[in-house]
Amino acid sequence: MITSVPKLLYATLITLKLLSFSIIFGLFIGLIFSLMRISKNTLLNKISYYYSYIFRGTPMLVQLFIIYFGLAQLDWLRESFLWVILKEPFWCAIIAFSLNTGAYTSEILRSAFQTISKGYIEAGESLGLSKFKIFVTIQIPVAIKQSLPAYGNEIILMLKGTSLASTVTLMDLTGVSKFIISTTYKPVEVFIVAGSIYLFLTFLIHSFIKYNEKKYEAK
Amino acid sequence: MELLYFGQKGWGDELFLSFLMTIAVSMSAFSVGIFLSALFTPLKFSKLKLLKFISNFYTTVIRGVPELLVIYLFFFGGSGAVMFVASIFGYNEYIEINAFVTGSLAIGIISGAYSTEVFRGAIQSIDKGQFEACKVLGIKKNIYFLKVILPQMLRLAIPNLSNVWQLTLKDTALISVTGLVEIMRQSYIAAGSTRDPLFFYSFAALLYLILTFFSMKVINKVEKKYSRSF
Repeated sequence: MITSVPKLLYATLITLKLLSFSIIFGLFIGLIFSLMRISKNTLLNKISYYYSYIFRGTPMLVQLFIIYFGLAQLDWLRESFLWVILKEPFWCAIIAFSLNTGAYTSEILRSAFQTISKGYIEAGESLGLSKFKIFVTIQIPVAIKQSLPAYGNEIILMLKGTSLASTVTLMDLTGVSKFIISTTYKPVEVFIVAGSIYLFLTFLIHSFIKYNEKKYEAK
Repeated sequence: MELLYFGQKGWGDELFLSFLMTIAVSMSAFSVGIFLSALFTPLKFSKLKLLKFISNFYTTVIRGVPELLVIYLFFFGGSGAVMFVASIFGYNEYIEINAFVTGSLAIGIISGAYSTEVFRGAIQSIDKGQFEACKVLGIKKNIYFLKVILPQMLRLAIPNLSNVWQLTLKDTALISVTGLVEIMRQSYIAAGSTRDPLFFYSFAALLYLILTFFSMKVINKVEKKYSRSF
């Protein structure tokens, strides 16, 4: 059992890589879709609404399988330059995870943008700030502060979500755990070690978010 | 569309059965979860530190570890554990547990951790004055729990419980790794034999959307019924 600990630790690196890529892309996607959602353009609004509805209403496993197994079926896609990315399970997983977390992030940011009190924006307008300036210097910082607790939960959910990568042949922490379990038949021991690593990561994320909440509180 | 015909020609009947299987597994897992939360929620308010620790340990560990890992633990460890208990009673044959039972238990334990937290939050948001009022009126503890706390707790818990239901529903897709033929597994089989994964996985996504859409409708109705003030 002890000999498999280094393997698990190495697999943790892959889990962290998957997590950080998806969180960064997801935040970007979420920001764009949340802006579309609060915009007055009905078309943009509808697109964003259905995007978030579909991705939040279906299991992430289905989304991953559509991207990894399904897209490979399209001949025009296989011939295009996108195939370089889409043939790699790693990037397929990241695309699926980013789109999924992007949908949840867009909802978190939308509710944050919508609950900003109008007084802040009016104050900015009366100071003669441009719309863009109001958005960057007032709306975004306030929205970040408001959405931090919910966003922290989303990162933790995403950490657990990366385990799905093991279903498309990626050897992340869960994938390696499953491999060790099926070769040694020691499910409990492996569960304790892998579970502790996940719990430790959850604890780190939780503390990091708490620290940032305090920092924003102080301002 | 031919792929969806019923009978020998298409996958319609198989997919319909797997759709029912997903509903069945979700419901039984959700019930297991409610049962577990009925056991663990009171422990959260226990004065005994050990009981409180057990309950906190359960919800923290399960909510911090990937669902897939819990499922693997049950899938690979389940029959081992049952065989160990059976060997104490002198039965040494190989025992295989039904995939439906394993799946419902694994997802149920996950669902239970989330619903325990929901009930804890609901109880904590009941006004403290009510506990004190009951004490002053000299109402017995179990009666005030049944008549005062429980009805309010359920009402407050419904919106968050609906989230737990959605989560449980989507988690059942993961049981497909154990071989239980629900939507995901059936789509995997159909995709493999027709070489049309794009169609079948998209259709699976549609089935899940139908499930989440209609369960939302039902929950909204229940929520409206119970959100009337007393």
